[in-house]
Amino acid sequence: MSRGYPPDDFRPTASWEVLRLRAELLRSIRRFFDERGFLEVETPVLSGDTVVDRHLDPFWTADVDRQEEITPQTRRYFLQTSPEFGMKRLLAAGGPGAIYQVTRVFRRGEWGPLHNPEFTMVEWYRVGDNLKTGMALLGDLCDRLFHRGTPQVQTYGEAFSRFVGVDPHSASAKELRQTAEKMEVAYPTSLSLDDRDGWLDLLWSEKVQPHLGRKEPVIICDYPASQAALAIIREGPPRVAERFELFVDGIELANGYHELRDPDELRRRISTANAQRVNDGKSPLPENNRLLAAMEAGLPPSVGVAMGFDRVVMIRAGAKSLREVLAFPFDRA
Amino acid sequence: MATYNTSEFRKGLKVQLDGEPYLMIECFFVKPGKGQALYKCKLKNLIRNTVLDRTYKSGDTIEAADIEEIDAQFLYRQGDQFVFMDSNSFEQYELTKDQVDEAWKYLKEGMSCTMLLFNGKPISVTPPNHVVLRVEYCEPGARGNTATNVTKPCTVETGAEITVPAFVEMGDLIKVDTRTGEYIERVKAE
Repeated sequence: MSRGYPPDDFRPTASWEVLRLRAELLRSIRRFFDERGFLEVETPVLSGDTVVDRHLDPFWTADVDRQEEITPQTRRYFLQTSPEFGMKRLLAAGGPGAIYQVTRVFRRGEWGPLHNPEFTMVEWYRVGDNLKTGMALLGDLCDRLFHRGTPQVQTYGEAFSRFVGVDPHSASAKELRQTAEKMEVAYPTSLSLDDRDGWLDLLWSEKVQPHLGRKEPVIICDYPASQAALAIIREGPPRVAERFELFVDGIELANGYHELRDPDELRRRISTANAQRVNDGKSPLPENNRLLAAMEAGLPPSVGVAMGFDRVVMIRAGAKSLREVLAFPFDRA
Repeated sequence: MATYNTSEFRKGLKVQLDGEPYLMIECFFVKPGKGQALYKCKLKNLIRNTVLDRTYKSGDTIEAADIEEIDAQFLYRQGDQFVFMDSNSFEQYELTKDQVDEAWKYLKEGMSCTMLLFNGKPISVTPPNHVVLRVEYCEPGARGNTATNVTKPCTVETGAEITVPAFVEMGDLIKVDTRTGEYIERVKAE
């Protein structure tokens, strides 16, 4: 007799029908990339290096038996929030120049109908792509998966202006707050006027994203430069990040970058992200990593895209929550 | 004072805002892939039953509310005061008509109810889901009419008005669902 667990806790929350659809979609994605000559690769899920992002919190562990053995000097190993470091290291090391991976990734604290702290990510890179060809490849995959046509492309600025009525590239945090008040968007009282991106995110997730990809899928590109993550910046005007995302039925499915290649710029962004993390009351993450070394050696120009596989299954299954497409969601993991 | 961090937010949490107790009836996690995590919550005021929409970002905290649920027996009503007794400690509590809210319609002496205490003071009372009440007054129904779709109002022993089928007569005992206020059936005895 097992102790402590409710008797039904061992059961999957997804139906066998949906689990079969998962397997079928996985095969279909592998076929899509294999047909195009991509090489399937595997990189570590557990690594001493990790992406440093203000809003991504990795799980970590250490190679010790007892908790008391952990000191500030102990090497920490991070469950990857995405496989991008490993995959870009492969790109920098030569090889086929078109690679993909299907892997588990982990993000602490992300838990809701559209989030599970452990999820499956499909990520791919193709050397020589630019923003346009990178988006076209994502569009082809989207058509393969949903049979709802090639996505239309819109800029972040166009979508934001259309649904919020304000230019996201020029509006001040104060104007964004006034807009939120006018549109009766409930906002966190802790959201400060120093955090312009926080206000953009709030209005975006409340007033823009729910409308995106309702009829046909849509790709949004040219994000605010302040939200570049690991994308290159185009000076403009407006000054934007060459970053894009795919939306279907109001749900964010994929994120792509025209990849940053300059190690000094990456160092600056890591240090900025860490400063913001500390300011937010979070722990800083290691600033040194092997991606910097790979960039020093020379990362070829490429576009990389990460797609949340579980959400793809969810939409295809007509489900409302990831619980319906995961055999064992986090509370039953 | 105990607090809840956003990572502890879930449906059913009892929290305190501006000195008033709230129940978290919904909590939705929203996060753009590369952006700020938001928790969109619906909070129900446990005193006034109003619902607030509040959005929090990760790292925010809410004060926990000191809410206790007790079994309380209804003793008697005196004007607009309703007197209850904690079934375990035998301590007596007086509630106003506002605090008792809709529950007054169903309260019979000796009835076991669930009472919420906030900081040790009663804020609300919930009667059992089903109660049996005696019909004190109603218009006579057409004899032989047993259809349930013809209805009429009746006054029950607590003074409340309940909608019942036309065949219900004065002196009948009826079972009522206290959550909806609806008539369920006629019963022979309590």
